[in-house]
Amino acid sequence: MSVAEERLSAASFEQLAMPLFDRLYNFAHWLSRNRDEAEDLVQETYAKALKGFASFEPGTNFRAWMFRILRNTFLNSRTGMKAATVPIDSPDEDPALPVETETPETILIDRASERILQEAIEELPLPYREALLLCEVEEMSYQEIAAALAIPIGTVMSRLSRARRALRELVRQKQGGNIR
Amino acid sequence: MIHEPWIGKLDAYLDGELASGEMQDLDRHLRECPECAAESLRRVQWKRAIHSAGQRFVADPALRERIRRQISKGDGRRLSWRWWPAFAAPLLLLLLLAGAALLQQNTRRTRNNQLVGELVDLHVSVLASASPADVVSTDRHTVKPWFEGKIPFTFNLPELQGTSFELVGGRVSYLQQSPGAELIFRVRKHQISVFIFQERAVPSDLARNVEIEARSFHLEMFERDGLRYFVIGDAAPEDLRALSELLKHAK
Repeated sequence: MSVAEERLSAASFEQLAMPLFDRLYNFAHWLSRNRDEAEDLVQETYAKALKGFASFEPGTNFRAWMFRILRNTFLNSRTGMKAATVPIDSPDEDPALPVETETPETILIDRASERILQEAIEELPLPYREALLLCEVEEMSYQEIAAALAIPIGTVMSRLSRARRALRELVRQKQGGNIR
Repeated sequence: MIHEPWIGKLDAYLDGELASGEMQDLDRHLRECPECAAESLRRVQWKRAIHSAGQRFVADPALRERIRRQISKGDGRRLSWRWWPAFAAPLLLLLLLAGAALLQQNTRRTRNNQLVGELVDLHVSVLASASPADVVSTDRHTVKPWFEGKIPFTFNLPELQGTSFELVGGRVSYLQQSPGAELIFRVRKHQISVFIFQERAVPSDLARNVEIEARSFHLEMFERDGLRYFVIGDAAPEDLRALSELLKHAK
């Protein structure tokens, strides 16, 4: 890479990557559940991304690329390896979930229960948590989520479906079945 | 009552992931079905709640700065190459100046060597000559006046009585096309030539008050009253220094 290309590369990287900083940190904290680990994760993510920026293919999804680096970095950490071994209720390959039959009362949630909702998200198994956050918080498309998590789109859909159901169940438990 | 098959597609619909045809079909159904519309609204509220709750953690601004520096440091690691073009011109100039200085030093050394060589040649020609002096006298009051009108300056000769030095005589000599005085002295059978030239006849960067050995001859140089003295001979260096001291203080 020539000097001019390198300079352009670093400038381009900063321009593309720094706007994602807050989102990456939030996601890292959700994954690691620890501030110090989240900071290390984000810092390492940027270092790896900068180093590998030359391999990034222009035109592909940079945001998904960054989140994928972050997620892989997390999975290689001690906390990540531990989280990845926690089994989830149903394997991704299970047939489609039955139609949900919750009553309107069980799925209504108001702002007052945000803390409970956060606790419930935190307790979700990692594969559900990451898929749900990328979809609902990052508002990624299924395609982007598939790229970030390196899984097929069908798996993204089934994980999201299970994550939503598991989350509702956790919230219900925490509110003692009194979700309005 | 939530209607099949729509309910299974509701999440994908709200996520904006349904194909356009299915999207339009579900839109139409929601407008016609209050139960499915209510379910859709509840799920939208759920999504909003998760979206809000999910934006939970705020990074320390210091971390952002650390990362910015990290990116800059990543650049910094390549700084020497990245800024090579900026440093290239001054560096090249520095190299040229160093080269020029070296060349100048070599040139000066060569010129000095040539000068010393020329003086040695003059001295040797005196040694080889049957009549080395144009004015032959041991009396300084004879030799000094002889140069009047022959060279563009005057000089003083020391009183040698009581020393081991003897004045033999003198002649006009030329260095770099400039006329000067060549005085011939003797010390214990060794002949010493003293060349006196005006400063401007001698390169200004020629080392002063140094002892030089050339072709087994010794050379002492010094400056006095705008004149450059070169004392050369095969006598001992201390003899040359002693004669030099006499010349420096001659009145």
